[in-house]
Amino acid sequence: MERILFTGASVFSVLGVLLQGPWQTGIAMLAVALIAFLQLKRSRLLAAIATGGMALVAANSLIGLVDEAGAVNAGFWCLVVAAWLLAWGSVEQLSAIRTLSKIYRTVLGVVIPVLFGLWLLILWELLTRGLDVPQVLLPAPSQISERFMSSGSILWADFKQTFLRAVLIGYAIGCGAGFVVAVLIDRSPFLQRGLLPIGNLVSALPIVGVAPIMVMWFGFDWPSKAAVVIIMTFFPMLVNTVSGLSAAQPMQHDLMKTYAASYWQSLFKLRIPEALPFIFNALKINSTLAMIGAIVAEFFGTPTVGMGFRISTEVGRMNVDMVWAEIAVAALAGSLFYGLIALLERIFTFWHPSVRS
Amino acid sequence: MVSRHVSAMMPVAVVSLAIIVLWYVGAAMLNLAWEKSVAQRNDTPVSTIQMLRNTMHQERPVLPSPHQVVQEIIDTTIKKKITSKRSLIYHAGITLSSSMLGFAMGTLLGIVLAVIIVYNDALNKSLLPWIIASQTIPILAIAPMIIVVLNAVGIQGLLPKAFISMYLSFFPVAVGMVKGLNSPSSSYLDLMRTYNASSWQTFIKLRLPTSLPFLFTSMKVAVAISVVGAIVAELPTGAVAGLGARLLAGSYYGQTVQIWSALVVASILAALLVVVVGLLGDWVNRRMGLVRG
Repeated sequence: MERILFTGASVFSVLGVLLQGPWQTGIAMLAVALIAFLQLKRSRLLAAIATGGMALVAANSLIGLVDEAGAVNAGFWCLVVAAWLLAWGSVEQLSAIRTLSKIYRTVLGVVIPVLFGLWLLILWELLTRGLDVPQVLLPAPSQISERFMSSGSILWADFKQTFLRAVLIGYAIGCGAGFVVAVLIDRSPFLQRGLLPIGNLVSALPIVGVAPIMVMWFGFDWPSKAAVVIIMTFFPMLVNTVSGLSAAQPMQHDLMKTYAASYWQSLFKLRIPEALPFIFNALKINSTLAMIGAIVAEFFGTPTVGMGFRISTEVGRMNVDMVWAEIAVAALAGSLFYGLIALLERIFTFWHPSVRS
Repeated sequence: MVSRHVSAMMPVAVVSLAIIVLWYVGAAMLNLAWEKSVAQRNDTPVSTIQMLRNTMHQERPVLPSPHQVVQEIIDTTIKKKITSKRSLIYHAGITLSSSMLGFAMGTLLGIVLAVIIVYNDALNKSLLPWIIASQTIPILAIAPMIIVVLNAVGIQGLLPKAFISMYLSFFPVAVGMVKGLNSPSSSYLDLMRTYNASSWQTFIKLRLPTSLPFLFTSMKVAVAISVVGAIVAELPTGAVAGLGARLLAGSYYGQTVQIWSALVVASILAALLVVVVGLLGDWVNRRMGLVRG
């Protein structure tokens, strides 16, 4: 696979130079690709670093050229393809590395996806600017980041309104209520058998649809959005906690009984810890649901602040770079939120097989 | 057998009944304030019983009573021609078609991605984290923009809405399918090797069949979420047609009964789709001999 990629990179470098692309970049890439091709067996890591580094240098110089008149020709695009193939080859090398060192593996596990994302951005930048894609359709990442930097105060206000108020408060209340109700109905098998199928059903329903009703009941400001989030997060939490609480083995229950443990003791020392993987599963599902709920609820009416409000109005005004900046904030907040919960999961369920392995 | 079914249904029935009763109580309580203010304005004393009775039949209640919603649904489904713009079946059909198109595309994309991920280590390591990250982005937030942008390119009608559904539904399928394709134990894979099976044969005869239960489980999640995608995608198009448009129009004009009936129909639609996919999955799994019974 790597041999094909490096051969392709060499061929496209030659083509790029022949078709009047920037020849310095082309020759340099050709040299690196050939060396990597011939010396592949020696050290995968070295080859990966050389090709990956070269690809990034080439991409950087190509981005620098993209605005010059007459620079974007067939040769230019050949070199873009060559750089991309070089980078792909580099990632193939990296992921073929087999190692027993844990730190090394963790670093690789971070570096490979980051490289992939970086190349997605590079190709996006080159394609939008090289092909003169109208800004209304798809702004280049550089334009988005510029907008991101220049309108920090608006973005922060929207973030505060939507995320810090509606999402976090709704999430806390919804998950908390789901958990408490689950513990309460856990004592009654009848309620359990009645509520569980209904909870499962409701989890599959398009609950975002209650957004207009909540806006009518609780007004335009954040409480109505928090209410939507509460309803959306309640049922996944309920269903997961109920099934988590019955996860403990009969043997473990017997052990608790031999200790003469009270209901609460066995709840806190056995059943809630056993239910934690299920609870964290619900917390993770809910983190995305909460963001969706809060933003969609803002489409039905808001004060003039908030991420959903900003997105829907700026789309109307064709300020697409602002929309993308807002999306970047949402993506960043969503990923960090999810990552935080995943981290807490690793800390609290360190004993679980899925974490240990 | 029958008695087991009955004893399983009993708690569900009781809880459902309790929910309906609570709904009525809630409707009475939430709508009472309006009745009181009307009575005060008219300066005519109205008995509490009469007021409570009135809360069940308000024109624009805070919370419509269940029978009002049922009445509205009957009025807008059975009593209207299907082609009429006021028929909920017409709107549900529009939502259904775009969510089905999106669901089909999303399932296909999910399966293709899963196969690529299982067979290419580099993509497994570089693509899978991004697939997971893609879901932490509240994609529904981008929905209005995708619709507007695709409109600007000249893609209109079903396809932009289907894209939203596709984006939402490909994820569970991709993740479930990766799990399913990797589920054959190493002894099965070794057996295929002793048969000198090519990787294509291993895929068709071993990996694909064992992945089917996983596929259908994730398709159930995907179909439910594709309905959500279609509904939200209908919001920015300016309340033209579809269940999402009914929700938006209802919220513009304060027609709570209309909102609730659209919501109930959407729920019925989603539940039916999940049941259909579930039954299909059961049937296929039985035919493949993957489950006994």
